[in-house]
Parts: sequence; C-alpha cells; structure tokens
Amino acid sequence: MMFSGILVKHHAALKNIAIAGLLVLLGLNVGENYGFALFDINTTNMLHFERFGLLFNSICIFSTLLFVMLSGKDVEKVGNYTAEYFALIFFILCGIGIVTSYVNLMMLFIGIEIISIPSYILTGSDKKNLKSNEASLKYFLMGAFSTGIMLMGIALLYGTSGTFLVERAAAQTPSISYLEAMGLLLLFISLSFKVSLAPFHFWTPDVYDGAPTVFTSFMATIVKVAGFAAFIRLFESRYGSMGSQTERLIAIVIVLTLAFGNLTAVFQQSVKRMLAYSSIAQAGFMLFALFSLNDAAKEGLILYAAAYCLATIGIFAVLVKMEDGTFEGFNGFGKSQPLLAGVLTIFLLSLAGIPLTAGFFAKYYMLASVVKTGNNLGLVIIAVLFAAVSAYYYFKVIQAMFFKDGDVSFPAVTSRFKYLMVAVAAVIVILGIFPNLLLQFMYF
Amino acid sequence: MIPVLLILVPLISGLVTLFLRQEKVSKTWALFSSVITLAIAIFGAASANTSGNLLAFDASWVPTLGARFTFGLDGMGKVLTLLTAIAFPVIFASTFKNRYSGSNAFYGLMLFSQAGLMGVFLAMDLLLFYFFWELALIPVYFLCSRWGGERRIAVTWKFFIYTFAGSLLMLAGILYLYYQTPDHSFAMRSLYNIELTQRGELFVFWTLFIAFAIKMPVFPFHTWQPDTYEQSPTAVTMVLSGVMVKMGVFAVLRWLIPIVPNAAVRMSDVVIIFSIIGMLYASLIAIRQDDIKRLIAYSSIAHIGLMSAAMFADEGVATQGVVIQMFSHGINVIGLWIVADLIEQQLGTRKFSELGGLAQKAPTLAILFVVMALANVALPLTNAFVGEFLMFNGLFRYNHWMAGIAGISIILVAVYTLWMVQKVFYGEARTGVEMIADVSPGAKYMLITLVLVVIVFGVYPQPLINLTNDATKILAQLK
Repeated sequence: MMFSGILVKHHAALKNIAIAGLLVLLGLNVGENYGFALFDINTTNMLHFERFGLLFNSICIFSTLLFVMLSGKDVEKVGNYTAEYFALIFFILCGIGIVTSYVNLMMLFIGIEIISIPSYILTGSDKKNLKSNEASLKYFLMGAFSTGIMLMGIALLYGTSGTFLVERAAAQTPSISYLEAMGLLLLFISLSFKVSLAPFHFWTPDVYDGAPTVFTSFMATIVKVAGFAAFIRLFESRYGSMGSQTERLIAIVIVLTLAFGNLTAVFQQSVKRMLAYSSIAQAGFMLFALFSLNDAAKEGLILYAAAYCLATIGIFAVLVKMEDGTFEGFNGFGKSQPLLAGVLTIFLLSLAGIPLTAGFFAKYYMLASVVKTGNNLGLVIIAVLFAAVSAYYYFKVIQAMFFKDGDVSFPAVTSRFKYLMVAVAAVIVILGIFPNLLLQFMYF
Repeated sequence: MIPVLLILVPLISGLVTLFLRQEKVSKTWALFSSVITLAIAIFGAASANTSGNLLAFDASWVPTLGARFTFGLDGMGKVLTLLTAIAFPVIFASTFKNRYSGSNAFYGLMLFSQAGLMGVFLAMDLLLFYFFWELALIPVYFLCSRWGGERRIAVTWKFFIYTFAGSLLMLAGILYLYYQTPDHSFAMRSLYNIELTQRGELFVFWTLFIAFAIKMPVFPFHTWQPDTYEQSPTAVTMVLSGVMVKMGVFAVLRWLIPIVPNAAVRMSDVVIIFSIIGMLYASLIAIRQDDIKRLIAYSSIAHIGLMSAAMFADEGVATQGVVIQMFSHGINVIGLWIVADLIEQQLGTRKFSELGGLAQKAPTLAILFVVMALANVALPLTNAFVGEFLMFNGLFRYNHWMAGIAGISIILVAVYTLWMVQKVFYGEARTGVEMIADVSPGAKYMLITLVLVVIVFGVYPQPLINLTNDATKILAQLK
C-alpha cells in the first residue's frame, strides 16, 4: 500500500530532500487513513493496515519530520556520511511501518530487525569517539541476543499452532498450552528489551549516553514508541487466553520499570543521562496500555506516543546545541534565551504530566485504562507516586534555567528554529486542552 | 457568562502583561485588570440565582470522555470569587512600591494564578476542577522560586512536589469516581448521586482528602507551609495564605463531603482529632517564633485547623461558619501580611528581637495593625468572630470534649497575637527602627478598606450569612 513510498527516498543526500520525502509520506499516510490509497498491493496476509497502525505511522512520520527540521543541521555535524544517516533513518521508518501493521510473526521479526540494525549503526556513527563505539558494540551484542530470544519464541508459537498468523493462532487455541505460554513469554522478553523495560533495560543508559545526541533523540522517541505499537498488536490478539497470569507479570514489570527509571533518574548529573533514565520510566507508563488493553489504553498510547515524542525531540534539539550537558550547564538559560527556555519548560511540564499539556492527558488515559479494568487501584497509586518523583527531576532543569545564575554557552540559532519550537509547544498545549483533535482520527 | 469573564479577564490580561516591558505600565495594568475583575465579581455576587446563562456556562470539551466546560456561581462560589477578586487589587495596591526584576513576568504570573483560583472556585466539572487546581499551583511555583528569599529554591521545590503528589493522588480518586458514574461523566450532579461500596468510598475519601489536606494544610501535612510562607515574596504569600489555602477547604465542601458523605462521617473523628492537634501544635509553635512572617504562618495553620475540624462536624451551622470564616480569614491574614511587608521593606528585618516601639513613629500603622490583630483573635464585632462562633457551636454539638480542647486555641491565639503587637509596636524603641515612616498612601487606603470590611461584617454579618445559606442547604439535602 503506502509502503513503497518509504523506500524510495533512500538516496536522499540533503536535509531538504529528506524533509520533502517525509512530507510526501505524511500526506500519503494521512490520505490512506481517510481511505484514499495511491495504489493497492496485495500483502498476502503479511500486513494489515488499519486505523491504529496508520495513525501510529502518522505520528512517527510527523515526529521524524520535526526531528529532521529541528536537528537536521546537527545530523550533518556528526560525521561525513550525512546521506547515509538519513537513509538509515528512513530504513527505520520503514521498519516502523511494518511493526505497526503486521499480522504475521515473520513480519514482526523482519520489522524489528529493520529497526534495530540501522539503530546499531547510528549509535556507533561517531566513529572517533570511544564511548560511541562501546555503546554500539554493547547494543549490537545485547540486541542480537534478544533477537535470538524472539526467534525462539516465534518458533515455539509456530510449533504449537502451525501458523505464523497472529489472529488465526489465537482463534485455534482457546486454552493455552505451556509451549505457547513459553513462546509468548520469550516474545515478551525480547520486545521488553527493545523498548527498555526493567529488568531488560541495562543497555539503555549506556547506549543513549554513548550515541551522538541527535540520534539518541531519535532512538529514545520514535524507535521506542514503535516498539510499543508492536507490543499492542501482538497482545491484542492473544491476550484474551492468557488471563491473570500475564496481568501479574506485566504489573511486576511496570512497577520495576517505574521504580528503576525514576529513582535512578533522580541522581543523574547530566541532563542527557537523566533523559535516558526518564525514558525508561516513561516506557513503564506506556506499558500500562498493555496491562489494560482496552479502548482507553489504545487511545492513551496514541496520545502518549505523540506527547512523549514531541516533547523529548524538542528537549533534545536544544540539548544537542548545548556545550555543557549537565544540569549546571542550563544555569541562567532563562536569562539568555527566554523564549527557548519558556518552550523547554512547556516540554518538561508535558513530560511530567502537568495539566494543559498533552502529557497530562496521555498519563490520564493510561491511568484511566487501568482504573477501567476494575481492581488495580494499588497499581494506580504506585504509578501516580512515581509520576510525582518524575516531577522532581524534570523540575531540576526548570530550576537551573530560571532560578540559578550562570553563563550559558549556547550558539546562535536561526529564528526558524525558534518558531518551529514555539509551534511544537503550541501543538502540545493544544493537545493538552483538546486531546480529541488527535484521537478523533481513530474513529471518525 | 460571569464565570467565564471571571476566568478570562485575568487570563488574558496576564498574557498581555507578559509583553509590557516597562515596570510602571505592567503594574498599573495588573492593578487595573484586577479592579475590573473585582467589579465583575461584585456584580456576580449581587445578582440573584436566576435560571438562564448569567451565572452558568456550559460547553462541550472532550466529548469522548464526558468532560465538559461547566462553570457555575453558587453561594459558596460567590463568597470565594469575591474573596479572590478583593485580594488581588489589595495585594497589587499595597505592594505597589515594591520592585521586582522582570516585573512583567511577575505580574503576568500573578494574574495567571488568579485565573486558576477563579477556575477552581467556579468549576462544576471534576476534571475541569482538577485542571484549574494544578494551574493555580504552577504560576505560584514560579513566583516563589524566582522572587523569593534566599532559601527559596529548595523550599518551593518541596512545596511543589508535596502538592503535586497530592494532586496526583486526587487524580487517581477522580478516575475511580469517573468509572463509577452511570453515565461516565465528571459532572457535579451525577457525582453527587453516585452510589459507592464502602471500600470505594474510603478509597475516594483518602485520595481526595490527602490532596486537599496538603493544600490546606492540616497536620501532619503542614510541613511545607511555614517555610514557603516565609521564603515567598510577600505579595505571593498573601495569595497563598489569603486565597490559595481556601482551595483545600472549599474542595472538601464542594466535592469531598457531598460525593462520599458516608466515608466523611465515618472518618470525621480521625480528621477532627488531627485538625485539633494541628491547631494546638501550631499555636504553641507560634508563641515561640521570633519572625513576624513565621508567626503569621503558624497562626494560619491554627485557623485552618479549626475550619477543617468544623467541616467534618457534620452540622449545618458549622459548615456555614467555615464558609464565612474562609472569607474573613482571607481578609484578615492579607491585612497582617501587608503590615509585615511594610515593616520588612522599610526596616529590612522581621525579627521581634530587632523591633519594638514602632507605634511612636507610625501611629496610624499601629492602629490599623491592632484592629487586624484583634480580628485575628476573633474578638466580637470583628468579622472573624461570626465564623468562629458558628464553627465552635457546631463543634460543640458534635462533641463537647473536642470542642473544649479546641477551645484552648482561642486563648493561645490571643497570647501570641497580642504578644506580636506588643513586641513590634510597643515597648522601648530599638535602635534602627526610627527609620520607619508612617504608612504610604497606597497601603494605607488598602488597610483602611480591609479594616472597614472587618468591622462592617463584624457588626452586620447578614449579607455573608445569606450568601452562604445555599452551601449548607446542598449539604443538608444530601442526607
């Protein structure tokens, strides 16, 4: 369907071509969402495009577009292979297109791999930096290992049901066999690794810290939320037969992830590392969608993906330009760049989930989905307490920007950059008042 | 229509203020807009409860959630919007001489917090209420951290995290309530008719009550308060103690007790005992203070403690007393802060040990301050007496012993308040205090206005009582 559009741009050598390509993609994707498809391809039961997946694609493409527009210049600074970097980003988008719409486990595997391999390369793209190399190697080894686990899981599922199709396999077996449970568990573990849920998160801080900051921004947002789309699609179809066992398992993972992500983020000195840990915490929140698996959860995931991507990309866009990435580096930022500091504040408030920002409704929907399931109020209380902890470290940045004095070395930015940032902030605020503007695309 | 105006006027003029770079202009503009808000609020309070759109507003917001923009102005809302509307021009006028670096941001944020407060008092939809509850907090956070005293950053941070954690707990409670309503809505009417299991009621009670208790603050959630009051710029402290703490009290009366009346009755002993402990504890600490601001802060905790005890006494008169006292306490405490601010601005100290004998140099200030102090003690013929009398009346009917123990605080209040008057204004003049000039005209007129309010409502409280009648009626209907 709208797929081939993704592959075409792979020779894109310049930022502008990338932007143009993304715009075309976005247009096609939205058109598809309204039932207007450029061409039809028979995917022979490999992929199935529906609202949820398409909307997710739109969000990812839109975020990438923003990413390229805000940080395109910084991508060029990483090394001599600008064209290749953009191409890799487009490969990742292609993988995302697959994992949001697969119906066949083989496609899940292929999609995840298409996402992962370019990520390994991007992590190591700063070739002369030892940390970048180390991160890349670490990521690759761990990633390869988890891929192995995923294949094992898929093999087990295939062994029990004789098919790779997610839907049909679920329909055939009303009660679940040990083999199948094992397979699902392995799949769960490997996907948890990809979206960095505790206790499979250990690669995350090192990789996010080691990778060039621009690519960290990309991986921590777009790549990560795509993983959740894959998660949802997998468990949506199989979940019914699993019962309270998975629920308990997921609850434990959620609590671990929230605890680990939030508590370690509190003690970070560098904003980049803080964001890495906080992205683990945010992943914990997104996992609520998997826990409750109802309409509110899907709506919430969409909103969360949008809110989280926009805010994090925005923060990273500034962070990339900073020379000093510690909290002290932000001292006095409010004085020297009042506009950007104000915009950053909105992003941070959104990540903390303060009303009037998209982040609030994102968290709201997630919690609502859990309350809707009935008896899990304890989990909700734990979640809100950790959300309060997260406010602690996000506000540390705000404090540094506005209430502490210091000299910030910040390069001059074009006014286009500023306008764009203001526009992103405006989108966040508007979504924070009228979340329906985004969610209506799921129904209309 | 009026509710929307009450929120939009401060909001929009706050946005405008951000762009007024000149200090004088932004100040004048803020004062001007707050006076307009006051006029609207008076008009709203004076208009009768007719059907029609004058006092209510309703529009679609998030249809899939069932959340709506519903505002309404009822008796309790009238009292509190009036308090908010009076407070801001008084604060702006009395601190008109103070200088703030980046005054456009300062006044803009002040007006934003006014909009947030108005929203809290007017929202008739629980999610909307939650929105404004948080929105009132954020500007205050920035105000305190930016313009406060030297320990401001750590102190306000504690304040923020504390209240934010409370708010999030409330969110959990709200979500639970939402799925219990038959029509999945946040509207006040459907929430009032909700039927919950006993456990459900208790869950909602505690999640909501902790949020409100932190805001009030009730012992043992009060630890953020004295530090924050002390470290904030005085104009912000006035907002905090004059108006913002009433959010907690108000929320209990508007949302908590009507939605979960059974849990409120069951838990009333616990809450009242904690409130009374808080009253006595805060009063005792207040006696030992050496700083005007901290003394007033602890005195505030004691007053709020009485309000929270009276609310749960489950008596019509007590509830009415609470609503009246919210108004009176707001007025009185702002008066006290104005004097404290004048002294600090002129003499550069707030310590009792460095003050004394101010009455000789500043007689007008002394007279006005004494009236305010007497109102703080709730002497008859001051406005606070009415509310306090009703509250003790209700508490006495609830339980003689508790009322008796709570009554000790009446004596303690007199002890520390009069002590304060004595140490600051009378006795031997210390060196350094000669510099005090008598009150500046702006502050003088504001103080006189407040004193008039104190005396008028002390002698003739009927208008307030009439306004608050329907608040108690709603509670009575629920039984």
